[in-house]
Amino acid sequence: MSGDGFSRRQFVTAGGAALVSGLAGCSGGGDGGGGDGGGGGATTDTMSSDGTVTLGVLEDQSGNFALVGSPKHKASLLAIEEINNDGGIMGNQIEYYDPDPQSDNQRYQELTRRMIQQREVDALWAGYSSATREAIRPIIDQNDQLYFYTTQYEGGVCDKNVFAVGPTARQQLGAVLPYLVEEYGPRIYTIAADYNFGQLSADWVKVLADENDAEVVDEEFIPLSNSQFGSTINNIQEADPDFVMSMLVGANHTSFYEQKASAGLEVPIGTSTAMAQGYEHLRLDPPAMANIYAGVNYMEEIPTERNTSDGGFVDRYYEMWPDAPYLNEEAENNYFSIYMYKKAVEQAGTFEQDEVKEALESGITYEAPEAPEGESIALDGATHHVDHHMWVMRADDQHNVEALDDRVIEEQFLSNTVGCDLTQEDEETQYTPQDYFEEAG
Amino acid sequence: MVNGVNLLFQFLDNFAFIVLAAAGLAIIFGIMGVINLAHGEFIMVGAYATTLANIRFGLPLLVAVPVAMVATALFGLAVERTIISGAVPNWLWKYARLGLAGGLGRLAALDAVPERAAASIDAATRRLPESPLVEPLYDRLADSMVATWGLSLILVQGARIQFGNSLDQVGTPVVPFVGETISPAQIPLLNLIVENSEFSYSAYRVSLAVIAVGVLAAVYVLFTKTDFGMRARATIQDEDTARALGVDTGRTYMATFAIGSALAGLTGALYAPTITMVPDMGTGFLVESFVAVVVGGPSVVLGTTMAGGFLGAISAAVTNLLGSTFYGRIALLLTAIVLIRFLPSGITGFVRELRERRQEAT
Repeated sequence: MSGDGFSRRQFVTAGGAALVSGLAGCSGGGDGGGGDGGGGGATTDTMSSDGTVTLGVLEDQSGNFALVGSPKHKASLLAIEEINNDGGIMGNQIEYYDPDPQSDNQRYQELTRRMIQQREVDALWAGYSSATREAIRPIIDQNDQLYFYTTQYEGGVCDKNVFAVGPTARQQLGAVLPYLVEEYGPRIYTIAADYNFGQLSADWVKVLADENDAEVVDEEFIPLSNSQFGSTINNIQEADPDFVMSMLVGANHTSFYEQKASAGLEVPIGTSTAMAQGYEHLRLDPPAMANIYAGVNYMEEIPTERNTSDGGFVDRYYEMWPDAPYLNEEAENNYFSIYMYKKAVEQAGTFEQDEVKEALESGITYEAPEAPEGESIALDGATHHVDHHMWVMRADDQHNVEALDDRVIEEQFLSNTVGCDLTQEDEETQYTPQDYFEEAG
Repeated sequence: MVNGVNLLFQFLDNFAFIVLAAAGLAIIFGIMGVINLAHGEFIMVGAYATTLANIRFGLPLLVAVPVAMVATALFGLAVERTIISGAVPNWLWKYARLGLAGGLGRLAALDAVPERAAASIDAATRRLPESPLVEPLYDRLADSMVATWGLSLILVQGARIQFGNSLDQVGTPVVPFVGETISPAQIPLLNLIVENSEFSYSAYRVSLAVIAVGVLAAVYVLFTKTDFGMRARATIQDEDTARALGVDTGRTYMATFAIGSALAGLTGALYAPTITMVPDMGTGFLVESFVAVVVGGPSVVLGTTMAGGFLGAISAAVTNLLGSTFYGRIALLLTAIVLIRFLPSGITGFVRELRERRQEAT
């Protein structure tokens, strides 16, 4: 078994090139036929003149983020259909464009330009990851496009055109971390994905630990490509913390939960990234997610009347999409923000984006599925963020999910710490905790 | 930070992963000169087949694993016949060409003037090239990489379309006699040297190291003790001579590719319970296996073993010392770079050169 036929050097050079292009290919995805998916079909570009309003919905229906992105796409279409069946917005039917960006940031940029310049959308919903948001934000700002970013994220975006209606790290971790400190003790071990979302989230853990008289005994950042967690599990066992905070992200990192279960690591885990987005409690075999506590504004399982009753949000979603695997956190954010947009347009009495933004800044509220009966959630005009109703959800060893705690947590970083007020001053900045908190440095 | 027993378990875990990920790739590269960049996706095929057999069709895991191996081998066979060797398209082309020529001939025969008929047949057949439509990808490194890379993209997106963005996952099986987890304190001898017993490992993952050694042994036996192994070795040493001596080299290549695919399928089946079932799960395997093949050198069994042992040890030690998987991975890749700089033909290539030099000297 020894071959003389192939030069090893040749193999190595060619191989290296292929690996690099392979990695590029992960996000490349090809430009595909694409085109505009199930657009409404009308040919006009301008809205109110002939009785339509045009929305752009760019969510990942394929590619790396398809698992978490396609529920967003589906829930957007549900909201649009409901509104259209109900007579549209101020009597105008919603027309929508929803080409598939295929989890490819370059494609996102092209499609964003196309949505703004050719389709002249009145509002745009786009993107799962923070990287995508930052890739298209310059285009959004250049065109002063009304834009909704709905993923839970690290927080800090103070931008006059961006309505970041997903919960921030401070809101999500702020729901679950204090609960776990009280329940299990003050020693925290942080594991997080090694890119800006994970790094910033880990900083927030430190800030919140400080506020709750807890301490981070160690933190570990894990490359997104890593799917082997043997040493991480050992490190946690050695540090012996009271609980772990996990901001692992993506398919590779999901392996952590299975691996820690089979290695017998039984320490409780708090998270902002597991279960609510990628429904790991349904995909993994129990007991991988046992004792995982998620701080979320929404999961399919949250026990509110609007969510679980007959004909509630969950029912309506599965009636429209019987084969959908899950209704995730971001899907609800897309859903309620489309309704918030409707409310704002009706308040403004026009589709003109500047006036709709002003209406949104006036403090629009909506009785979203995440809020219990009699309550609603409010869009904070100054920061363009939402004061969410946050939940602490726990999975047991059979992967049944129950709600342990719920309360309204306001966006605090931009409003209290930074002092971002978009009603007074136009900005296009993302602030980070390092600039304001010593313990985050 | 470093704890000897801890290190041992981590080493076993790394060793198993590298060896199992690389075995199929090494065989196909070592014997056919084909770099299968879709190797990770072949592993995905094995993992999906296992999971589907177990969850959708209710087969026990012990049955699902061989089923997945066979399925991946058959899949590999189909890939070899269509893309790598081009046998199927060439066969189709041959018959299409014969059919066309025959049809034209019959048309020409209707012509009243025989000379004109003959001439027109000639002209018609000349217009259809005789050479095969597809040249085999054997020994064409870059070409085989491009072709299989394209295949990997198709497989990932194809799996996504067919099965959605994720499959439910099979739980990690319990290892007989050992149980779910294993900790140094459980083992009598180790118990004496290890005081803190807070570490526990997945017994299943540690036991994969035993399976990895078994796979290497099986490959060794197959290529040194069987007729097939002899023909395969003859084929790589000198393909033309082997063919002259009656070895059906095409069939050898076909079987080799199927065996490599079966090993990829086995790897996927074994890791299916520990890794999230998503269409792009294969990429996690490709890097390690690629590096292992490069570092190992041309000898499949010895090279893979040594690369697995060497890289596994380095990655385990650095990970343990610095407390982060990230540094372990960096160390693994740096080691590969340094090794290739000084041993351009890998560890076993170096060993062979040494041996040849010694033979020349005596």
